Amino acid sequence: MALMEKPLQNEQGQGADCPKETVIRARDLDLVFQTNDGPVHALKDVTLDIDRGDFVSFIGPSGCGKTTFLRVIAALEEPTGGEIMVNDLTPDEARRLRAYGYVFQAAGLYPWRTIAGNVKLPLEIIGFTREEQEERVKKVLELVDLEGFERKYPWQLSGGMQQRASIARALAFDAEILLMDEPFGALDEIVRDHLNEQLLKLWERTNKTICFVTHSIPEAVYLSTHIVVMSPRPGRIHEVIQNPLPRERPLEIRDTPEFLEVAHRVREGLKAGHGYDG
Amino acid sequence: MTGDWMREKVLPVLTVVAAIFALWYGAAIWMNSSWTLAQAERAGKTLTFTEIVKDTMSQSRPKLPAPHQIAAEIWKSTVQKKITSKRSLIFHGWITLRATLAGFALGTAIGILMAIAIVYSRTMELSLMPWAVISQTIPIVALAPMIVVVLPKIGIEGRLIPKAIISAYLCYFPVLVGMVKGLRAPHREQLDLMKTYNASGLQSFLKLRLPSSVPYLFTSLKIGIAAALVGAIVGELPTGAVRGLGARILIGDQFGNPMQIWAALTCAAILAGLLIMIVGLLQRITLKRMGMAE
Repeated sequence: MALMEKPLQNEQGQGADCPKETVIRARDLDLVFQTNDGPVHALKDVTLDIDRGDFVSFIGPSGCGKTTFLRVIAALEEPTGGEIMVNDLTPDEARRLRAYGYVFQAAGLYPWRTIAGNVKLPLEIIGFTREEQEERVKKVLELVDLEGFERKYPWQLSGGMQQRASIARALAFDAEILLMDEPFGALDEIVRDHLNEQLLKLWERTNKTICFVTHSIPEAVYLSTHIVVMSPRPGRIHEVIQNPLPRERPLEIRDTPEFLEVAHRVREGLKAGHGYDG
Repeated sequence: MTGDWMREKVLPVLTVVAAIFALWYGAAIWMNSSWTLAQAERAGKTLTFTEIVKDTMSQSRPKLPAPHQIAAEIWKSTVQKKITSKRSLIFHGWITLRATLAGFALGTAIGILMAIAIVYSRTMELSLMPWAVISQTIPIVALAPMIVVVLPKIGIEGRLIPKAIISAYLCYFPVLVGMVKGLRAPHREQLDLMKTYNASGLQSFLKLRLPSSVPYLFTSLKIGIAAALVGAIVGELPTGAVRGLGARILIGDQFGNPMQIWAALTCAAILAGLLIMIVGLLQRITLKRMGMAE
């Protein structure tokens, strides 16, 4: 990953000379929303490369454009300036090829579908055969530790389990990019820790590229290979921090000096980017 | 369990029923006694209170029939008559029910189709919605005779279709309003999710909007079926209908037969209750099968 914001900062993580495949490439991305209160500059000059297999966290106060950026990647929002490519395609072309699995803050499971039925939803839409649907549902429910809950309805599950089901739904059709918008934001810390741990294992096993929006510094540091610190008004990238922690991360790693050091850098970054004003 | 059910469901209902009956009997004594007293005065008799009460309960053309008199009249005109008889309330009830169901089906279909058009097209919303609202401000009693008179002129024979149209006219509106709300129930994230799957418009409709609207639909259907019954009865009032509960009410009124009016009224009320109960039951079964109710 490389940050090429102007003025150019000291390269973070450009030293790696092994060839990396860039999955998402944003150049000078601008997005201005026209609202009743006048134009809102949601994104300004966002330039960012995300490589295959990266786990990138976006952190910053509300209004810094982290969710908007995610939505631009998913072609749910159209940038008003600059350029963004996903696998050398436009986001909308990539969307048509079902390149993304999107996980929202609210699990958003359909109350009229069982857990298996919910996971099956994208598969039905894409048009997998019935056998393949069954097979994939079984596989991804195992991946998120929900085997045995196939026939339960969402209201019969806890919030954390519902969110796991929604992750399974996003994984079901093998999208190579997972876009997660504060997926654990509404959960309590104990459940969140557990899900963070599981998400890391899942990433390890599936080797997906994950873009993860969060409000939580420990969550960002614990999960990511890169932490993108953003600042508000206009929403822009303040700093990209490459996470030096090893890929193998037990929960206890959060008490190590190395972890605290990274967390400190993120906090400093937020402060410098006026992240605490908002 | 049964004790709770008795306490929570049956007892309140029975209390209200008992209160209504008490008021009713009181009113019957009060309203019918003037006739009793006038008769007695003409005959030069004085009546005791018990005699007055007894007489007010058994007049053949009372101002307000007592509940047991209405019950007796209903018994006489249902169980003791052949269903094919022109005096059978079951016969008349069926005539009304047929028009109600036809109108309900028509009105529901129109309501749902209009709701789909409105939800998917801004133009439709701007052009249809005001007319839908205005349509409900026109008193149906003014419109009904016109429909009854005009339809035969364009070659539609019989009373069923005009009545069904009047009935549909009343019942489509609640369905329309409920379905617009229901089809718009999915929030932005759910629609965005469909977009990330690259789902077609039809897929989003069938897999998201339609199922989301089901609870709203049933709530509307309950109001709709009651409105449809009112429509069918109103459709029977104008221009010399002789069959149906509405016609019975009108004829009873014209011939000064309060018992017949009240019996037909009561039957209409019972019919409405049954219809709403059936829709409610369908609602519970459907939502349960969809997993949206415990």
